[in-house]
Amino acid sequence: MSRYTAVTPADLDVMLATIGAASVDELFDQIPDGVRLREQLDLPAGMTEQDVYGHLLDLARRNTSAEDEITFLGAGMYDHYVPAVIDMLLGRSEFLTPYTPYQPEISQGGLQVMFEYQTAICELTGLPVSNASVYEGPSAVGAAGYLAKLANGKRKLVVSRGLHPHSRETLRTLSHGYGTEVVEVPLRDGVTDPDAWAAAIDDDTCAVFFQQPNVLGAVEDAAALAAAANDSPAVVVGSYDPLPLGILATPAECGVDVAVGEGQTLGNRLDFGGPSFGFFAASEAYLRRMPGRIAGETRDVDGRRGFVLTLQTREQHIRREKATSNICTSQALNALAGVVYLSWLGREGIVELAELMLQRTAYARDTLAALDGVELLHEQPVVREFALRLDVGGLDGVRRVISSCQDEGVNPGYALGRDYEEHPEGLLVAITEQRTKDHVDRLADVLARAVAAERARAGAGHEVPA
Amino acid sequence: MSPAKTAGGTPMQREVVETIFEKGAPGRRAFACPQAGVPARDRLELLPARLRRAQAARLPQVSEPELVRHYVRLSRRNFDLDSGFYPLGSCTMKHNPRLHERVTALPGHARLHPLQDPARAQGALELMWNLERALGEIAGLPYVSLQPSAGSHGELAGLLLTRAYHEERGESRHKILTPDTAHGTNPATVTMAGYEVVKVGTNADGGVDIQDLRSKVDADVACLMLTNPNTLGIFDPNIEQIAALMHSVGATLYYDGANLNAVMGKSRPGDMGFDIVHFNLHKSFTQPHGGGGPGSGPIAVSGRMEPFLPRPVITRSEGADGALFGLDEDRPQSIGKLRGFQGNYGCFVRSYAYICSLGADGLRDASEIAVLNANYLLARLRELCGDALPLAFGERCMHEFVLSGAPLKRDLGVRTLDVAKRLLDHGFHPPTVYFPLLVDEAMLIEPTETETKETLDAFAEALAAVVKEAREDPEIALNAPYTTPVRRLDEAGAAKNPVLRQQL
Repeated sequence: MSRYTAVTPADLDVMLATIGAASVDELFDQIPDGVRLREQLDLPAGMTEQDVYGHLLDLARRNTSAEDEITFLGAGMYDHYVPAVIDMLLGRSEFLTPYTPYQPEISQGGLQVMFEYQTAICELTGLPVSNASVYEGPSAVGAAGYLAKLANGKRKLVVSRGLHPHSRETLRTLSHGYGTEVVEVPLRDGVTDPDAWAAAIDDDTCAVFFQQPNVLGAVEDAAALAAAANDSPAVVVGSYDPLPLGILATPAECGVDVAVGEGQTLGNRLDFGGPSFGFFAASEAYLRRMPGRIAGETRDVDGRRGFVLTLQTREQHIRREKATSNICTSQALNALAGVVYLSWLGREGIVELAELMLQRTAYARDTLAALDGVELLHEQPVVREFALRLDVGGLDGVRRVISSCQDEGVNPGYALGRDYEEHPEGLLVAITEQRTKDHVDRLADVLARAVAAERARAGAGHEVPA
Repeated sequence: MSPAKTAGGTPMQREVVETIFEKGAPGRRAFACPQAGVPARDRLELLPARLRRAQAARLPQVSEPELVRHYVRLSRRNFDLDSGFYPLGSCTMKHNPRLHERVTALPGHARLHPLQDPARAQGALELMWNLERALGEIAGLPYVSLQPSAGSHGELAGLLLTRAYHEERGESRHKILTPDTAHGTNPATVTMAGYEVVKVGTNADGGVDIQDLRSKVDADVACLMLTNPNTLGIFDPNIEQIAALMHSVGATLYYDGANLNAVMGKSRPGDMGFDIVHFNLHKSFTQPHGGGGPGSGPIAVSGRMEPFLPRPVITRSEGADGALFGLDEDRPQSIGKLRGFQGNYGCFVRSYAYICSLGADGLRDASEIAVLNANYLLARLRELCGDALPLAFGERCMHEFVLSGAPLKRDLGVRTLDVAKRLLDHGFHPPTVYFPLLVDEAMLIEPTETETKETLDAFAEALAAVVKEAREDPEIALNAPYTTPVRRLDEAGAAKNPVLRQQL
């Protein structure tokens, strides 16, 4: 008997007698002989709780986490502080262990959380409707493409190269299924090239996609990008980092139709990439084409205020092949972390946090760009992340610089050349409230030495610069 | 509400809770912002006014104690698996061991950045490699991608793999077959993947209607999506014949793993002839459901589908100091990414810990006891209320079974919905209702292996009490529940006049 089951030999006798079966094995007689597994699975034997803990601890120790180094790594997920109230609330059985709220009378907690979450996302984006979460950021971009395809049936998705590479690739993967083509628009001076953007949009454009701030950390002129699609049928989709929205112009103010984004920074851990959540908000016109769960307010038979899952005729369990999405299980617990985090930050706090990142990012940008062999990749406004060019001969040089900084306990950021062949020497540096002036100064010291060493190495003829 | 008409009742919080946006006061806060600590620059110089929002987001203004009390009180308006029986069919609501929360929270897992250099994330990659091998062994299909975020995401991956497979062979196929017992996600996924749904009927025994299937199989069929055991809790006895038929026309066979909890260590989808399987880690492998996620939907595939797997794939090689794990993005035939990064790693940690705890024996025992519990509960219910709630198909079941409330509706006007609502007053979560669609007034019951015999008995007796009470006075069930935080809600009104956010 495992520690998670409870059938004693005495129970077993009574249960089999009640069923009228001679053995448990008889219950599997439905399975044809040809597909019965006769041998045991080739897996290790079970372990005690303490041994499993020891094994998982051992694996954890073989990772270098944000606890083990001063990290400036971002590029889509960021090392923000997760307040203790989130651990405590997410660990509560009543939030952790229910299923999707199919019985609203006994699920008011979860349903009201969804309603509050939707309210917070609407406030953050300025858009009138939000769903209760989708999987995560890049697949939210893909879901927005599907919404646009259902809305106007056009064939072309116009995508800024400022959109995260994972978002662009996810969009390409998913749109290959639903039958659209993806056209990329290059960046110029760190932001989406406005002329190429305008030229790419025509009567056959299904949707246009940009990211704010974009993958190089630059703040895009979102209003101008949206306006360029005014005379086309295209749905304007913006993929937003939610924390800079504390101060950035909202999607609604910029004329964006659908705002999506990665919710990790709102109270969710890094977790090596998930689980987090994606948010999905839209203008009223797209309400009935939204993917996923939506909670709505109503009354019970006694007139008490309550909440239900609503507009379910969009969803797979009702509409089946005509559904607006196939999503079922989503990210409710992570979205709970999101609304708790936004409430914890509060009305003033989110502005303060965004202004704090703005100041520290400016300091880090100036400090690092002053180093020998380091220059800015672009001079656009930035809020929490910026791009540098290291004069080290190419991507391999950047990788070696990163590695030697990490050997000194500082992770300087992301090598952009991994995804952008036009920026082989790019380094993307991210700032959160957990990275102080001292951390930045330490990075400057370590990076200066690493870049100098790499340049000396190249100069000494160990490598021919690209 | 009439107290005389209530059963045990729920221990949940009944007072209405205002939303967090209706609480607090200007100036209150839970967050103390650090000082910037750098030479101050002009904020409008750094970010000009034209790029800034006109007014701050109207987020709540509450202190930490207010925040905690609000959400704790809200939590007490939820029914949850830790407090009570949750026999929601096809959802596999098994116990969630707390060890898993502890190990997932270890900083080496929880604060690991997904773009960390693989050389400095060897523990995470080894964990994922081990989990892939274990899932591959359980499925009988050796190649695994952990990337999909949930079952429906795995389905989409599977159909995109199918599309890539046929395209690579120069074929353009348009149709996907799904039985009428399928989960709603199956047909929804078919449309998203750009295919057309063709429904296949169910025979009198609850399996695929082979004649109907034969009549619909041709060279334009790309794939058959099947759940086995299906949503009636029946293992299809003709599975080998079905697989041979699909393969004879070059179609792929997709296994919806929602019901895998019935057959772990007992029968393997790969041995049944399936090419692609998705797992629901939040079902069979006990990732807590979180009130609607997170989940995780890895897929395992056969050799012919392997080149098309989502990228990156995890690699293992022998280094000087032992095994070395990496991430391979260079996969020219891959369908691409379905999402960012490597998937829901936090779910992998939990499910891997679960597989380590149980081992080969424990997984097989889990499925055996899941099937034993389901058959025991079925036997008790047939004994106590078999006339009112007959079994829809067959005699025995696998890990779940479907009762029909049709006689109760016909004789008393009490529908399955009413029975479900009355069960709430007995402190039980009701079964899945009105699914599968082909059973009139369906009630899909899955007890899982982690429940005690006493709990199964108590549930059977509660359901019998609801039926008995309905015979005496149907009005009680028709107006139930009585003891829950709210009673029946106006869902039609909510959809007609949507109020989807707090007005401020």
